[in-house]
Amino acid sequence: MSDRTAGVPVRLDPRGPRFAALLTTLVLLLVLATGSGVLLACQALVFALGAVLGLRSSPYGWLFRWLVRPRLGPPRDLEDERPPRFAQAVGLGFAVIGAAGYLSGATWLGIAASAAALAAAFSNAAFGYCLGCEVYLLAIRGRARLSQG
Amino acid sequence: MSDPTGLIVAVAVLAAATAFGPARARSGGRLRTGGRGDASRLLPAELGAALGERATLVQFSTSRCAACPGTRRLLADVAAVTPGVRLVEIDAETRLDLVRRLDVMRTPTVFVLDRTGRVVRRASGAPARADVVAAVQLATTD
Repeated sequence: MSDRTAGVPVRLDPRGPRFAALLTTLVLLLVLATGSGVLLACQALVFALGAVLGLRSSPYGWLFRWLVRPRLGPPRDLEDERPPRFAQAVGLGFAVIGAAGYLSGATWLGIAASAAALAAAFSNAAFGYCLGCEVYLLAIRGRARLSQG
Repeated sequence: MSDPTGLIVAVAVLAAATAFGPARARSGGRLRTGGRGDASRLLPAELGAALGERATLVQFSTSRCAACPGTRRLLADVAAVTPGVRLVEIDAETRLDLVRRLDVMRTPTVFVLDRTGRVVRRASGAPARADVVAAVQLATTD
C-alpha cells in the first residue's frame, strides 16, 4: 500500500471509521444471513475504496460526512488516517476471499472469511478496538522473516 | 437460502467478541514483570538515545497503530512531571531487530527501565496512567 501522503498524515474525525465499522458490521451480518457472495463483493469494493483512496472517499465515509457528521458536535481530537486505512486493506483481503468462496460454491470459505471480518468490524464498532491495526506489526515481522529466507 | 449455518456463525462471532472484546481491552496494557534473558535489559546504544537519570520509558510504535498517539501523550506527560524520567519512542518497523529480541507482538508495547536499563515492567497494549506511575516508582526505588 503506497503512502502518497507521506510526511503529512491525513487526520480524521475518529467517529468516521467507527461509523463505517458499524455499517460494515450490518452488511456482514446480512452476508452471513443470506449467503450472498454478491453483497460481500460489494463490501469488498467499499473496503478497496477506503484502502486505496482513503476512508473519506469510501461510500461509508461519504455517508458519515453528509448524514452523521452535521448532527454531531465537532470532534474532540483528530486521529491519523493510516491505522484505519490499513485495517480497510485487511478487511479487503478477507472480503475478497469470502466472496470468492461464496461465488465458487465453497460456502464454508465464504462463511469463515465473513466471520473473521465480522469479528474485526464488530470489535471496532462496539469497543473501538482496531483488530486490523494489530495485524500490522505481525505482518511486518512475517515479511521480514520471509525475505531473510 | 434456508441454510442457517451462516446465521449461527454470525451469532457465535458476536457473542465471542462481546465476551472477549472488553476483557482483551482491559488485559491489554497491563504491566507485567520484565522479560528474562535477552529481553531483560536495554542499552543506550540499542535505543539510540541516552537513558533517563532515574528511569526510562520505552514505547514501540508503528504508523498504523491506532492507540499509539494516546499512549505517547500519556507517557510524555508522566516523564514531564517525574524528574529524571525520559521517554524514548522506537519505530518498530525500522527496528525489527529489537522487536524480535524483546518479543514485541503488538503496538504500543511499553517498557519501563530502571537507571541501568534493566526492564522492570512491560505492557503490550495501551497502559493505564496509574499503572505507569506505579511502575516508574518501582523502577526508581529499586
